[in-house]
Amino acid sequence: MNYHWNWAIFWEISPDGVHTYLQTLLMGTGWTMLTAAFAFIIALTFGSLIGVMRTMPSGFAARIGDVYVELFRNIPLLVQMFLWYFVLPEVVPHAFGTWLKQLPNASFYTAVVALGLYMSARIAEQVRAGVLSLPRGQRQAGLALGLTLPQTYAYVLLPMTYRIIMPPLTSELLNTIKNSAVALTIGLMELTARARAMQEFSFQVFEAFTAATVIYIAINIVVTFAMRLVERRIAVPGYLGFRPQAAGH
Amino acid sequence: MFSNFDFDVIIRSLPYLFYQGMTFTLLLTALATLGGIVLGTLLALMRLSGFAFLTVPAAAYVNLMRSVPFVLMIFWFYFLVPYIGQWVTFSSRPIQVGAFASCLVTFTLFEAAFFCEIMRAGIQSISLGQVAAAQALGMTYPTVMGYIVLPQAFRNMVPVLLTQTIVLFQDTSLVYVISVTDFLGAASKVAQRDGRLVEMYLFAAVVYFIISLVASRTVGLLQRYIAIIR
Repeated sequence: MNYHWNWAIFWEISPDGVHTYLQTLLMGTGWTMLTAAFAFIIALTFGSLIGVMRTMPSGFAARIGDVYVELFRNIPLLVQMFLWYFVLPEVVPHAFGTWLKQLPNASFYTAVVALGLYMSARIAEQVRAGVLSLPRGQRQAGLALGLTLPQTYAYVLLPMTYRIIMPPLTSELLNTIKNSAVALTIGLMELTARARAMQEFSFQVFEAFTAATVIYIAINIVVTFAMRLVERRIAVPGYLGFRPQAAGH
Repeated sequence: MFSNFDFDVIIRSLPYLFYQGMTFTLLLTALATLGGIVLGTLLALMRLSGFAFLTVPAAAYVNLMRSVPFVLMIFWFYFLVPYIGQWVTFSSRPIQVGAFASCLVTFTLFEAAFFCEIMRAGIQSISLGQVAAAQALGMTYPTVMGYIVLPQAFRNMVPVLLTQTIVLFQDTSLVYVISVTDFLGAASKVAQRDGRLVEMYLFAAVVYFIISLVASRTVGLLQRYIAIIR
């Protein structure tokens, strides 16, 4: 092989003149985490809303939920990013479009919204599956006790649902972090984009990508481990995944 | 708003979009699915073999692919494939690889990890009694797998495999990051050349939506016909 390895490259100053390459990668990691965190909040909010709508007795609400999920699931994430970033400012009223385009960090906000809504369709599926996995007697019991439908969801169905769907939610969180890399196409300088920039300026292709890969794996391990702790704490007794706490004081 | 929506730019570029772009996308999807399923099944057999020297590398490979973004993997392979080619062909320099071959290798190797997990679940869905019965009849491992386990595993997993194929079809749009002319790449080139971003990206979204929706509905129908009646 005639590739020249140079691992010391990480301590050299990057073209911005201030930070080393390693620091630029870490800054990218920060953007990745920030984007994923906000996107996941949006995904969880809208996903829960739509997921609940799809389990409601009203056919109309369920229908809207179905359309929403089909719409966001059947268009590639990259295309959705382009729609939010390039198309939306053109089709809204002119003044609003100009404001959108001149927004500082526009690619960050766009990435958060696009990724959040894209992931919300998947989370809606999980929430729906979770609610439907509950015995229907729980809903009937809640209603029979005189709770309204929203109360039944809030106090009976959803608390159980979230505890049951915790493992799939963990993988959706990991997917959100991974999918945030797509935002590099609209100019967000997250981790993959920083690795790409480093490769372009320093020509140390494999060092740059190795570093990014290692960082992604580290994030993955940390998130998986943290979520496993949460899962164990909130697992429902009697369901798969529940491990009794060790006896003691 | 939509008053100056230019349908003509879409009509004019239809041959380019579909003949060049969509052909690339569909061919890549089909070949990468085939390659991914073959490689994925091998990985699944490795993971289930029970020999540490097979299970550990296979598990490590699958977990690596599943924990990094696909975009990063596309970049990796874009630069790595010439070196892999050099290594395979014993040539003295990194070899030149075409865009399609490079994408095909990337998608096959990446999606193999996901197909592996599907096939692993499929193989594990076959009851151990069947394997025991086959072994009692004197069948060897390849015979048991080839005639008893894998045919049923495939049949059980066809809907999931096809759903993954739809995901793969949508993922092919990511080759945009290495400037390859797939369907989205073609749409994007026309959009930038003619300054018609709104029309081209909306059209691309509609096309992806229709294809994915029809495909997933078909999988849903197929699921009912193909299920093994127990």
